[in-house]
Amino acid sequence: MAQVFHRSMNTVSRLSIVVAGMIGGAVPPLAYFVNQSPNETLVKVVREQPIPFSHEHHARGLGIDCRYCHTSVEVSASAGMPPTYTCMSCHSQIWKNAPMLEPVRASLREQKPIEWTRVHQVPDFVYFNHGIHVQKGVGCSECHGRVDRMPLAWKEKPLTMEWCLECHRNPEPHLRPKEAVFVMDWAASETDLKAHGATDVADLGTKLREEYKIEVGRLDNCSICHR
Amino acid sequence: MSKSRETNPDELSEIRARLASASGPEYWRSLEELAGTETFQHYLHREFPENATEMTDPETRRHFLKLMGASLALAGVSGCAIRTPEKIAPWVKSPEQVVPGRPQFFATAMTFAGLATGILVESHSGRPTKVEGNPDHPASLGSTDIFAQAAPLCLYDPDRSQVVLQGDANNDGTFADFTFDDFLAALTNKMNDLRPKKGAGLRILTETVGSPSLAGQIKEVLAAYPEAKWHRYEAVGKDSAKAGSKLAFGEIVDPIYHFEKADVILSLDADFLACGSPGRTADERAYAAKRTPVKGEMNRLYSVETAHTNTGAAADHRLAIKPSEFVDLALAVAKEAGVEGATPGKLTEVQAKWAAAVGKDLKKAGKKGLVLVGDCQPAYVHAVGIAINQALGSIGPEGTVHYIEPIEADPVDHLASLTELVKDMEAGKVNTLLILGGNPVYTAPVDLKFTAALRKVPLSIRLGQHVDETSEHCVWHIPEAHFLESWGDARAFDGTASIVQPLIAPLYNGKSTHEILSILLGQFERPALKVVQEYWKAQGTAADFEARWRKALHDGKIADTSAKPKAVTAKGLAAIGPRPPATPSTGLEVVFRPDPTLWDGRFNNVGWLQELPKPITKLVWDNAALVSFDLAEKLKLANNQIVELKYKGRTIQAPVFIVPGQADDTVVLHLGYGRTKTGRVGTGTGFNAYALRTSDAPAGGPGLELTKTEATYPLASTQMHRYVEGRDLIRVATLEHYLERPDFVHENEEHSEQSIKPEYEYNSYKWGMAIDLNSCTGCNACTIACQAENNIPVIGKDQIMAGRNMQWMEVDTYFHGKDPNDPEVYFQPRTCMHCEDAPCELVCPVAATVHDAEGLNVMVYNRCVGTRYCGNNCPYKVRHFNFLNYFDEAHPALNEPTLKLLNNPDVTIRSRGVMEKCSYCVQRISGARINAKESGGRIQDGDVVTACQSACPAQAIHFGDLNDPNSRVSKIKKEPRDYAMLGELNTRPRTTYLGKVRNPNPELIEA
Repeated sequence: MAQVFHRSMNTVSRLSIVVAGMIGGAVPPLAYFVNQSPNETLVKVVREQPIPFSHEHHARGLGIDCRYCHTSVEVSASAGMPPTYTCMSCHSQIWKNAPMLEPVRASLREQKPIEWTRVHQVPDFVYFNHGIHVQKGVGCSECHGRVDRMPLAWKEKPLTMEWCLECHRNPEPHLRPKEAVFVMDWAASETDLKAHGATDVADLGTKLREEYKIEVGRLDNCSICHR
Repeated sequence: MSKSRETNPDELSEIRARLASASGPEYWRSLEELAGTETFQHYLHREFPENATEMTDPETRRHFLKLMGASLALAGVSGCAIRTPEKIAPWVKSPEQVVPGRPQFFATAMTFAGLATGILVESHSGRPTKVEGNPDHPASLGSTDIFAQAAPLCLYDPDRSQVVLQGDANNDGTFADFTFDDFLAALTNKMNDLRPKKGAGLRILTETVGSPSLAGQIKEVLAAYPEAKWHRYEAVGKDSAKAGSKLAFGEIVDPIYHFEKADVILSLDADFLACGSPGRTADERAYAAKRTPVKGEMNRLYSVETAHTNTGAAADHRLAIKPSEFVDLALAVAKEAGVEGATPGKLTEVQAKWAAAVGKDLKKAGKKGLVLVGDCQPAYVHAVGIAINQALGSIGPEGTVHYIEPIEADPVDHLASLTELVKDMEAGKVNTLLILGGNPVYTAPVDLKFTAALRKVPLSIRLGQHVDETSEHCVWHIPEAHFLESWGDARAFDGTASIVQPLIAPLYNGKSTHEILSILLGQFERPALKVVQEYWKAQGTAADFEARWRKALHDGKIADTSAKPKAVTAKGLAAIGPRPPATPSTGLEVVFRPDPTLWDGRFNNVGWLQELPKPITKLVWDNAALVSFDLAEKLKLANNQIVELKYKGRTIQAPVFIVPGQADDTVVLHLGYGRTKTGRVGTGTGFNAYALRTSDAPAGGPGLELTKTEATYPLASTQMHRYVEGRDLIRVATLEHYLERPDFVHENEEHSEQSIKPEYEYNSYKWGMAIDLNSCTGCNACTIACQAENNIPVIGKDQIMAGRNMQWMEVDTYFHGKDPNDPEVYFQPRTCMHCEDAPCELVCPVAATVHDAEGLNVMVYNRCVGTRYCGNNCPYKVRHFNFLNYFDEAHPALNEPTLKLLNNPDVTIRSRGVMEKCSYCVQRISGARINAKESGGRIQDGDVVTACQSACPAQAIHFGDLNDPNSRVSKIKKEPRDYAMLGELNTRPRTTYLGKVRNPNPELIEA
């Protein structure tokens, strides 16, 4: 029986093994890379909203506190989204006829909620609680970034479990005095250090962790976030 | 599917012999176990029986493969694409006091057979999800029964009727959709007709009415239409209790029991520990409190019954007799207890001895004795029971029972009332009939021929939650509002009134009885809220009404409305008149009882209750012709065998199920199944026992003929599932033995708690549970509370038969004794033990089940890959695997949008391929921890109450922090009765049990 394959096929087959190995080896890191990329995590991706609401304008320009709209952020799992009435408490006075705000007026007229697109989404099996983070001195900007510099909202951090655990295992660098939680551009001042008896910024984190009785070592238990 | 070779008739004698032999098992669960059938071996050897993982139905299998293919493809897609963005829809105007993400609790009341139970309903953003007991309400005391727990599922039932229907009384259930306005026009026309005729021909049929405002409204209707009549029919009613009360006292009065004072209790067929009994939570709580042997004294419960019930299982002495023997037995006890004029007829030797001992014991207890008589017993037995209590001196403020004015508004004999209605309908005297609630076409005694009579009524209007058998034969069907959707009021067993407030606007524009009656009165602008408010405004000063109203809504009860004790004197037995003639006791007797989970059939379409194993039999999704062991042996019957039952000329077919301990020569039939028109869940379940029930024998009677057939019907009983065979799981002692040796539970234990591993220090909280077997009455409230709290799916009969039960908390039934016809029964709630050295954790290849720092054995669903190694390695067999995507695929009726509203948002919905088990209600622990941390303190004892613990009427379940020496659970675990299930395995379970102590009468213990 004649040879089916030419001798040169040996080279091809050897080469194909090497190439296959290279591809195989590249898949896991590639998958990880894709998984961590903004393509998956949507970090810094602006989502389309029914109304181009600007946090930059409202929070920074007008100086409205986060809690004016996100009312339950200190006491509940959910930070709370403002009802149409909250929007209209100002916009029945100013920019009454702005075409951009028509969806707000329509919502009031038709008694139908405004459907916002969720920007920060965690899986259903994750039970994040805003209240406890605020109570323990985790500033809004730690997770949400400088919202006051976002003309349209985007996600600043990936909200992956890896990212959550980073802080749950080592919370000190992310803590600040409770009164500064809602301050967007907070940086530890001398007064802060003095008030908590800390020697430097790193020490302030340690002092605050002790003060707030944050039990590191238990915060990475599965049952803390999953139920 | 497992081969179903069930018990063979010829094996029954072998079973008896095996039990009697010394090597027989001490505790056993089923006859299949004793016979060692293949089915039993299947369930025993494989927690998930052979082929349980495979799809056996070819069509489903193809569907499954298709799904698998699709989901694989989707997995690839979702791996590299942006997920569909989720939407957030905030309120337009935020309601007061609503904090998104935090549930609210509202007090309301659930009415069952005319009596109210106060409940607190958990509401998430306006949708009720879970029922808890109202601690301030006398009929709840913080606990609930299975029916109250199932209320949210009843509310969201996708099969509820949703539109107004109009049909023709003479056709067979064909309907056209109409609007409510059409109905209004039709009814108003008719009313204009009727008004000049003073309402001649107008009839209203309701179930038991306990609501004061509704009763007031009915009175208004009767005043406006003086010729109209109000009829009542409750399928499982209290007619004979009322008649008995009339016989003994000359008037109808309701009893209030004081179990806290009772030392010796005799139940004559009164299943006061079963769900559905009035005032049951209060009674059970007080009864269970007297079962703590610590002080060396316990009450003693005797139970005489036909069917095997929770009360019989709890009793220290149980006697199974035929219904026809009750009169003589009651008289024999009465005679011994000192009732004058009690002359019992002939009794068997065992019965005579029993009656003598019980009578003597009661007499000794004096006013601390208590006799209860069941609702199914004839009036005379009720009168004898009252006479015994009178002779003991236990009636009155000092004693164990006092009487109050009846709670039912205008109490009448329901059967007589219905019979009168049917006669009038047949005679053409009824031109307008309003059926407000109830399902009389299905439940009316078969000999009354209610359906035929109903078809003669030109205008029949039916208010009902489902389009059912009755709707089919009425001209109009109006969707009824659920009690969580409507305003109303109700009274508890002791008279305490509550306002029923809605938690949600009617999902399907349902109307309440109040609203229909308002229309009848021409008061179109008088909604239920107004009716209720007006009634209660009139009951006090108008000035402070607003304050009173708000307080009543907040408290869930209206202060100072409980009924005052009424002074009554029972006539002597001689004055009552002659005893009913003794019925011939040869042949079989049929016994009708409400189903333990579906009651009279009203809960037929509720998946949770269908799948809730019935006490003793553990049957699910079906009823059966229940027979005793001896009868099965005599007639050579086997489980699942279909028999033909002929009673008073009518015949039905039903599968047999053998119940150890039932009275011989009786067949017990549970009502509530075999519905011809019901929702998708209830369709095709069980057989209709109402087809044999006649108006002269609503509780059954002698003269049943049983013919065997060769056919079989597969019954699903969970009794054999998840069995730990041959281990010392239940530990029992008599009071006498307990006093000698309080730590009797450790008598046969040989194990040391040494470990080569270093001890883990739980330095924060250390959660643990203790379950008191002495208090547990096996009512199953814990099972269903757990199901409601933890989003546990309903899986259907086929899945149950494949051994795939999903309920995290199961109540096991164990039989004990050498006589399969008269065993003792023990209940043991079993759920994840949260072992400190958990065998499941060691074998999980992906660390999906791990320990946390507070000692919880946690299950991480998103890690689980479904190897089921953990389930295999769990000695307690408490892990449950999602073989299917049960929430969406198991049953067509379950994949409906309304049911999504039911889910607890604090608990993950598990998908296919994931293992799950009891989490100690980790969501409640987390919630309490966050609350405590926010206020800077620690979780206090009592802050975390698990769902099962909260529901338990007997307070048998205790949960808390074991690091706190003063917590209730720590103290209870220090009792000498505390033992660990399978402690010899050194798994160090966090859930432990308190051994059961029985208090038998020395006179009745066989030498």
